[in-house]
Amino acid sequence: MERSEEYIKNERKQDWRVALQKKTKAKDRMSIERALMAETEPELRIKSQRIEVNTGLTQEQAILEATRCMDCVNPTCMEGCPVSINIPKFIKNIERGEILEAASVLKETSALPAVCGRVCPQELQCEQKCFYVEKLNQPAVAIGYLERFAADFERESGHLATPELRPSNGIKVAVIGSGPSGLSFAGDMAKLGYDVTVFEALHEIGGVLKYGIPEFRLPNAVVDVEIESLRRMGVKFITNYIVGQTASLDDLKADGYKAFYVGSGAGLPRFMNIPGENANGILSSNEYLTRVNLMGADSEESDTPVLRGKNVVVVGGGNTAMDSVRTAKRLGAERAMIVYRRSEEEMPARVEEVHHAKQEGVEFLTLTNPIEYIADENGRVCQMKVQKMELGEPDASGRRRPVPVEGSEYILDCEVVVVAVGVSPNPLIPNSVEGLEVSKWGTIEVVKDKMQSSIPEMFAGGDIVRGGATVILAMGDGRKAAKNMDIYLTEKYLSN
Amino acid sequence: MNKIVEKEYFSEKIVKIVVEAPLIAKSRKPGNFVILRVGEKGERIPLTIAGADIAKGTITLVVQKMGVSSTKVCDLEVGDYITDLVGPLGKPTEIHNLGTILCCGGGVGVAPLLPIVEAYKKAGNRVVTILAARSKDLIILEDEMRKHSDELIIMTDDGSYGKKGLVTEGMEEVIKREKINECVTIGPAIMMKFCSLLTKKYEIPTVASLNSIMVDGTGMCGACRVTVGGKTKFTCVDGPEFDAHQIDFEEMMSRLGGYKKEEVDKFDQFQK
Repeated sequence: MERSEEYIKNERKQDWRVALQKKTKAKDRMSIERALMAETEPELRIKSQRIEVNTGLTQEQAILEATRCMDCVNPTCMEGCPVSINIPKFIKNIERGEILEAASVLKETSALPAVCGRVCPQELQCEQKCFYVEKLNQPAVAIGYLERFAADFERESGHLATPELRPSNGIKVAVIGSGPSGLSFAGDMAKLGYDVTVFEALHEIGGVLKYGIPEFRLPNAVVDVEIESLRRMGVKFITNYIVGQTASLDDLKADGYKAFYVGSGAGLPRFMNIPGENANGILSSNEYLTRVNLMGADSEESDTPVLRGKNVVVVGGGNTAMDSVRTAKRLGAERAMIVYRRSEEEMPARVEEVHHAKQEGVEFLTLTNPIEYIADENGRVCQMKVQKMELGEPDASGRRRPVPVEGSEYILDCEVVVVAVGVSPNPLIPNSVEGLEVSKWGTIEVVKDKMQSSIPEMFAGGDIVRGGATVILAMGDGRKAAKNMDIYLTEKYLSN
Repeated sequence: MNKIVEKEYFSEKIVKIVVEAPLIAKSRKPGNFVILRVGEKGERIPLTIAGADIAKGTITLVVQKMGVSSTKVCDLEVGDYITDLVGPLGKPTEIHNLGTILCCGGGVGVAPLLPIVEAYKKAGNRVVTILAARSKDLIILEDEMRKHSDELIIMTDDGSYGKKGLVTEGMEEVIKREKINECVTIGPAIMMKFCSLLTKKYEIPTVASLNSIMVDGTGMCGACRVTVGGKTKFTCVDGPEFDAHQIDFEEMMSRLGGYKKEEVDKFDQFQK
């Protein structure tokens, strides 16, 4: 639910918060060093896709870290959170040892706290806006670590809190796609009393959280518990169902659905269109990660095959590229390499992911760009021709444009190549819904801030609108859409 | 959901199953396919829909035992459930009244061809159908095809049934005899390639339905990419049917073998 500024201020004045504020002096809080996240040793973790790299804070660490938080009068950190988590309130609950209470604060506005605590780029969001960074030029309060700690504590305790729900209003709404955006939307709509059904094309709920992000960063079991929480709130899930194909939008309307939220994602991989790219052994990061993460192809028991190689090259510099190259390492690659056309500084991947990849022995060939693939007599890639690049003037993205260095081409051996250079919006919904306005890139056009499409009862968010972003931005869209769809439906059906 | 209500062996290795899938039965069109998965460790595999019964809420699939996953489907019995079944997927066949259509099916490709033959006939076309196989026991759906075609020609490599010869020999005879406005070919890649070469010579517009490797079937993985007219297309969302004269069949055939070693390993392990 939305929290007004005044509400936040009043919360801060509650007795227990005031007592904590007085208990420790600011100077003492500031003298505490930021907690370090414990990690599984690189040599051990690269043995399995399913060993989590970050292992979480201990309760002592978490309470100490929470003590660093100044409980600011004006909590700027919250401005950096796309789902507006009441950050000081949850952190102060950790400081006083009320961890379950902290977890329920997270759930007030976030459907997936254990997920966000693991995969959000907090360093660019809440933590970037932290008082420590903005005013003291010191490391931020480890908001992400604390979020994960509280969510994990709740899950392990077995006492899953169900957020307060408004009484049911009987209005049916459908969610198309069960990724982070759809789940976040579903959670908020359930809280508002709607009858929510999520339709998913794949056989598992979770979207990119299941098929994309590897288990060493986000265990499927963690995702499943968050989904279970939504089930307890009354959200229904239907797998193997493609809206627009299995049944039309009109069929769903006839079934009583009054409004729709499209969170169908950016599931259409981009390739570079360079010679030889369709040779065997060259695949999208989506295919590679789906085979391993969703289908379990790293395990012998799975019927799904996956390609392994001595030399695996991943093209790209984003988080998906890091996930792919680290997966390659875990599948036994001797050389797992990143080929990226800019320098490390311009890489869109989180610093933490790059750091972990390096610890695991991943090689970084930066300022290097593939220009051609060479296949063996069986049509399987065996080499790639790459070109060295140098940085020129900044381009539209504000990053310095990579420029080829003439005569710098050389050959790299590779038996598997994973192309992770971005994704385009999935065309299924835009193609199947008549009258839906779509941009030239294939994204659904929405009224900004409302997330309402050209069809009034259809809202959309996440990658199908943004064309490729983060889990948390997709979740923020889901929340925004829920708030505005509630206004739309209330006016249309509930006000007399 | 997805209960198998009927099973029939067309041959030792080719099985027809009828599966409960009321929504897909209602929404599928000729040319559509489904993705299914057998067992919690199962692979997602695409199969073209061979028919549907809206009243009974069932769809018909024809499967040939090839590797682990197709064998697992073929081993299911009446009363068993398919773990996951999703569809219909892909763009449907564009059916118009064009005049005379030559429909060529090879192997299990005959199954997905059946609804297309039916639809062309219903749209008022004259339909000449050629079924081709290595030998008599591999000819499937003959009666159903006969029912919906104006003429049915059977070709076997060994001459054990119908005329002896390749599908293209039967096609050429028809093409020389009468004006063909469009040709549809579904079958093994090599067969579609030669059908396409022949019709190109006679300048007959031709459509081929491709059975590429896929994981999700919704555009997400890109495993099914194929070069059509010099551009990379995804079989799942841009196809499965394409202008056969524009398809790079050499690349397509090579890509079908993209996981051959891994598939053979899985099959060896499965048989143990």
